[in-house]
Amino acid sequence: MSAAEEVVAEGHTAVEAVPKRAMTLGTGTSLVVLAALIIAPVFVKNFIIFQMTMLLIYGLAVLALNILTGGSGQFSLGQSAFYAVGAYTTAVLMEHFNVNYALTLPIAGIVCFGFGFLFGQPALRLSGVYLALATFALATAMPQLLKLNFLEPWTGGVQGLVVTKPDAPFGLPMSQDMWLYYFSLAVVLAIYIFSVNLLRSRSGRAFMAIRDNEIAASAMGVDVALYKTLAFGVSAAITGIAGSLGAIAVQFVAPDSYTITLAISLFLGMVVGGVGWLPGSIVGAAFIIFVPNIAEGISKGLSGAVFGVLLFAVIYLVPHGARQVAILGQQLAGKLRKN
Amino acid sequence: MELFTNQVLAGIATGAIYACMALAVVMIYQAIDHLNFAQGEMAMFSTFISWQLMQWGVPYWAAFVITLIFSFIAGIAIERILFKPLAKAPVLTNVAGFIALYAIINSSAGLLWDFTIKQYPTPFGSSPFLGSQLISTHQAGMIGVTVLLLLGLYFFFQYTRIGLAMRAAASVPESARLVGINTSWMIALGWGMATAIGAIAGMLIAPVVFLEPNMMGGVLIYGFAAAVLGGLTSPFGAVVGGFLVGIFENLAGTYIPGVGNELKLPIALALIISVLVVKPAGLFGRHIVKRV
Repeated sequence: MSAAEEVVAEGHTAVEAVPKRAMTLGTGTSLVVLAALIIAPVFVKNFIIFQMTMLLIYGLAVLALNILTGGSGQFSLGQSAFYAVGAYTTAVLMEHFNVNYALTLPIAGIVCFGFGFLFGQPALRLSGVYLALATFALATAMPQLLKLNFLEPWTGGVQGLVVTKPDAPFGLPMSQDMWLYYFSLAVVLAIYIFSVNLLRSRSGRAFMAIRDNEIAASAMGVDVALYKTLAFGVSAAITGIAGSLGAIAVQFVAPDSYTITLAISLFLGMVVGGVGWLPGSIVGAAFIIFVPNIAEGISKGLSGAVFGVLLFAVIYLVPHGARQVAILGQQLAGKLRKN
Repeated sequence: MELFTNQVLAGIATGAIYACMALAVVMIYQAIDHLNFAQGEMAMFSTFISWQLMQWGVPYWAAFVITLIFSFIAGIAIERILFKPLAKAPVLTNVAGFIALYAIINSSAGLLWDFTIKQYPTPFGSSPFLGSQLISTHQAGMIGVTVLLLLGLYFFFQYTRIGLAMRAAASVPESARLVGINTSWMIALGWGMATAIGAIAGMLIAPVVFLEPNMMGGVLIYGFAAAVLGGLTSPFGAVVGGFLVGIFENLAGTYIPGVGNELKLPIALALIISVLVVKPAGLFGRHIVKRV
């Protein structure tokens, strides 16, 4: 057994090594998916457009977790806290300071980046389950912190805040829901392109080197502490922007919308979509939005059990998530072309 | 000073609950190297089984033993049927499996026994223990059982062949296989034992928190925290961790102003994380040396 094989066999890395080319879709496929996302809302009702907006938003949050876990190999159960900070930043800015909704997104991103970067500092010493516990603590603390009395004038306490939904600008003939959908799509697309390029850059390679073998990475001159906290910061910033969009779409923020359940959902979304495969994020988001509803439809009393069984079915069939399906599809297409 | 002593005593009493759960968490972590998120729900289900038996007129200790045997077999069955096929899947996929198991057990228990709170009997009685108002005989009994369990586990792992085989299978699977240990069944055995210990924990906790499908949610979180604090590789550490978390939680609730019931958990967790930052492998954990 060669040295390289030994490392893999001993399973030092909790997250599998996904080569950076395997993390994205080809240009052709990407354009087809994008075209479908642009055309779809024209044909459906407002409620479905709203659900598609939520799909994009959760997809963005899953993507953020994917950069952290799939990219740099750090595990987080605290994403709901960053999501909450983003949502509250937007809500407070819009309702107390009358800031334009579009301007609140970058501010939420910056606030969350700082928050994530700072949280990444103590988290540096921890890894694996210990890091999971630390981030979990953050997620359980967040709703309680938002309910604190002295923050109540800003956050509205347990009641939360109501956010006004923006109208389409320049007199465009669109419903509010449809405008918000296209607005979210533009933001998500920009962040997706940013993320793909980030993972292809020097920083992205540093993330992956840390994920695959931290000691070897530091021996090669990667500043492990800097890049680990940077991954936390970037992931938090993107989650925060998703949170802002979520607050605008749902028109309401309240502490109990951002509990640990949200963080667990996002985690499941990442696993179903394929850890480390960015396009899978949207598939994972679809799973966490629609499957609970389907389970409820099958049996009201046993909806949890049905959800669990469906989840088991998915991880049995495709333990590597949607990425596995994509790879199989690619191989099949390759074979057909040869024949 | 009296307030302080009383709070510490109360902390030890709640700590016994966490210690029990932490012990089950460490057992399964030793066997499979993962934290099992469904462990609390498995314990809750076992407790419901014993409750149902008692409803049918089975005496307490008979129900206790039947439940232990049932849990042991159920634990092995869950491993064989649900998790053995996932042995080669990535770690995070396994964690998703635990979450799925959690949802299934919680929802089935809710359907079978509904979500109303039920009284659960205690074999130790609930009069004050040695004249103290803070520790009841039940809580004293619980501490006693935890300590007995810990001693039993220590002798099992240290002085029996099968205990040795389980330790070998967990620490160096390849070499263990070469000397003829069936590592796959050792994992199943670990699941069975962890489920049985969880059942004991559930049956001891139920008189305090009352029986209902969500009774374990909070307890499991503290159990995890206790196990991590004590070091995931050490059953002794888990028990000490359990008592420490109980004491931490009570003292934080008493002495830090503005901490209601709501903020107790985050503060306890924050303290634990501060400990971990100083000692990353937990208080009694073995530091695992990594090969490059």
